[in-house]
Amino acid sequence: MTDVVSPAAGIPRAKSVRRDIGIKRRYAAERRFRAYGIAALSFGIIFLMLLLWSVVSKGYTAFQQTMITMPVEFSQQIIDPQNERATNPQKLMTANYPVVARNALAKLLNVSVDDRVASRAIGQMLSDGVRVQLRDLVVANPAIIGTTQTVRLLASGDIDSAYKGQIDLDVGQENRKINDQQLGWMKQLSDSGALAKHFNSGIFVNGASSRPEAAGVGVALIGSFYMMLIVLVLSLPIGVAASIYLEEFAPKNKFTDLIEVNINNLAAVPSIVYGLLGLAVFVNFMGLPRSASFVGGLVLTLMTLPTIIIATRAALKAVPPSIRAAALGLGASKMQTIFHHVLPLAMPGILTGTIIGLAHALGETAPLLLIGMVAFVANYPTTPLDPSTALPVQIYMWANEAERAFVERTSGAIIILLLFLILMNVGAILLRRRFERRW
Amino acid sequence: MNILKLSAAALVASVAFAGAAAARDQVQVAGSSTVLPYAKIVAEAFGEAFPKFKTPIVESGGTGAGLKEFCKGVGEATIDIANASRAINKSEAEACKAAGVTDVQEIRIGYDGIVFATASSNGEMKLEPKDIYKALAAQVVVDGKLVANPYKNWSEINPTLPKGPIAAYIPGEKHGTREVFELNVLAAGCKDAGATDVIAKEIADKAAQGKACVAVRKDGVAVDIDGDYTETLARIAANKTGVGVFGLAFYENNADKLKVATMRGIKPSAATIADGTYPVSRPLFFYVKKAHLGVVPGLKEYVEFFLSDDMIGPDSPLVEYGLVAAPDAQREQARKDFTAGKTM
Repeated sequence: MTDVVSPAAGIPRAKSVRRDIGIKRRYAAERRFRAYGIAALSFGIIFLMLLLWSVVSKGYTAFQQTMITMPVEFSQQIIDPQNERATNPQKLMTANYPVVARNALAKLLNVSVDDRVASRAIGQMLSDGVRVQLRDLVVANPAIIGTTQTVRLLASGDIDSAYKGQIDLDVGQENRKINDQQLGWMKQLSDSGALAKHFNSGIFVNGASSRPEAAGVGVALIGSFYMMLIVLVLSLPIGVAASIYLEEFAPKNKFTDLIEVNINNLAAVPSIVYGLLGLAVFVNFMGLPRSASFVGGLVLTLMTLPTIIIATRAALKAVPPSIRAAALGLGASKMQTIFHHVLPLAMPGILTGTIIGLAHALGETAPLLLIGMVAFVANYPTTPLDPSTALPVQIYMWANEAERAFVERTSGAIIILLLFLILMNVGAILLRRRFERRW
Repeated sequence: MNILKLSAAALVASVAFAGAAAARDQVQVAGSSTVLPYAKIVAEAFGEAFPKFKTPIVESGGTGAGLKEFCKGVGEATIDIANASRAINKSEAEACKAAGVTDVQEIRIGYDGIVFATASSNGEMKLEPKDIYKALAAQVVVDGKLVANPYKNWSEINPTLPKGPIAAYIPGEKHGTREVFELNVLAAGCKDAGATDVIAKEIADKAAQGKACVAVRKDGVAVDIDGDYTETLARIAANKTGVGVFGLAFYENNADKLKVATMRGIKPSAATIADGTYPVSRPLFFYVKKAHLGVVPGLKEYVEFFLSDDMIGPDSPLVEYGLVAAPDAQREQARKDFTAGKTM
């Protein structure tokens, strides 16, 4: 093999005759570009990590709540001294339950209930929510009056923050909401195991509350759910119908161009503008109730529509013309072509656009401010016409609270909102996988 | 086809919903973010104490925005109560009248102190209204002449104050607190510093004279905070030498992070505000539409519950949170006035 003589044999091969086509320079440019890309990506990832870290590190404690488990004596003397509950059911509603809880805790701490100052300090260690907690127990089963039951009661927000180490305990006691005596009691209770952290189911089910220990996103979750439902039910059909008409049926002229430009513009309008529109049209003109998730849903529908229309039109455009041509060629009508062939193929794109629009709407607060949904709402909404709040609104309201215990709750609520967004995006991916067709 | 049917059904449903806008069965409140925490405590306790009524809805948004909503008219689509951290002003009252909201009951719930505080790492700060005026006014008197504010450091104004640069975070103009700040601190400081005479000499117009006293410098030294006190707290955490304006309740909840400044030598507390020795305090109000009493279920009961000593008396939950209770006679008078239906 080595004997084979190349045609160029004899001519000395000069090393530098190879024409300089800038290959080195071009490779270097490519490497540089890749480096920029990686830098941009790592920059983004670092910021995302920072954000997630700050939210999670502040918020994970919100899913645990300090509670005191203790035997509570449902004393007839305090709840119903005149034994009139048979004739006056109101008595059990208005009885002085905080004293029942306070006395039980005083007993556990070996403090005399006659020591008024100490009793008061003990009462402050328990949440004001014990009134309702004990009342519900008694009203559900009046037979427990006169007996002693082991009950798990919420500690007050200040105790909760102190127990979790969120209050600076090194400063003088006049500068904190919880004094040294209460701290001593807290330690005593925690050593005996009566005071401990438990899973906080309240943050998921409770409504808004002025007491941080009893506050939850229950009402906000329902409000957000109603709004998402309304947005989905209204904006998906309207958006898809509008884009099918614009894309497939409408003549291409100045007027449809104008509509197209307007839709693209509307997608970029600040959301507060939709809130103003909602206030003027739905609340003031149509007389729909303030603070209702129905109105919120309508406003968010207006906001989401352009996004869905744009996504749907892009999805319809991406269906290869050969599909249309084949369907028409086999004798399908235009309507049949679209609904039997084009639309199913465009479905993954439409669904992705819809879910991204919904996720956007889920995180919106500004338009809700004007229609009165940024509010303190404690009762569950039964219909979309009842007042409610939304998840991002609850986060905003907690962020403005003075009490320390709301800081962790703010981040906790952000975690819940993020989980919902992740769920929705996973849903979008699954749907796309299911419907996706490759050609 | 399905999608078309669905959309038609949705439209029909939405119209049906709209027609069925039911009668309102709960009290709606809006207004001041200073009053909001108090109103929330009362609303929650009200819902617990009166199971037959729903818990009132309390919106935030500021005194001005609340009163604007309040003065939109009478009827179910309008709110029943506006919380206010200042008294209703003339133009607002006129707007109310023009919209048919004629019988309005003004209810005073107690007092709130406005405190000045820095980060807890700082030393004691003893402020006087004239120090604040000199630090923050747009124009101050130097050598008998009105000039643009030249001061950069606290110690230039008053040698007892810290050496650091002046930075103050004051409530923005949409807050009711701003008006109290202007009146009780800036205007008072303007007078104490002897600037009123010079202003009277240099500016002929009477209205402009008053404005000159409370105009705040715009060179970035005084920062308007349009959000809530949490934003002021965050600003102070970032700039340790800055001074922030807070409500007493907010300060008390965050006393481990803040150091409060004395004003005219008095340390703010519920006691010094109640007896009037601490100079910067203001009454808190809410306004009720008389036409809604007896129409909106629970409204009358809510107001009565709010005014009871269980809520605003000494030793009540609101006082625990930071409200300064009004004197006994004043609370009694407020209850009497409400029962008698006294309007503005």
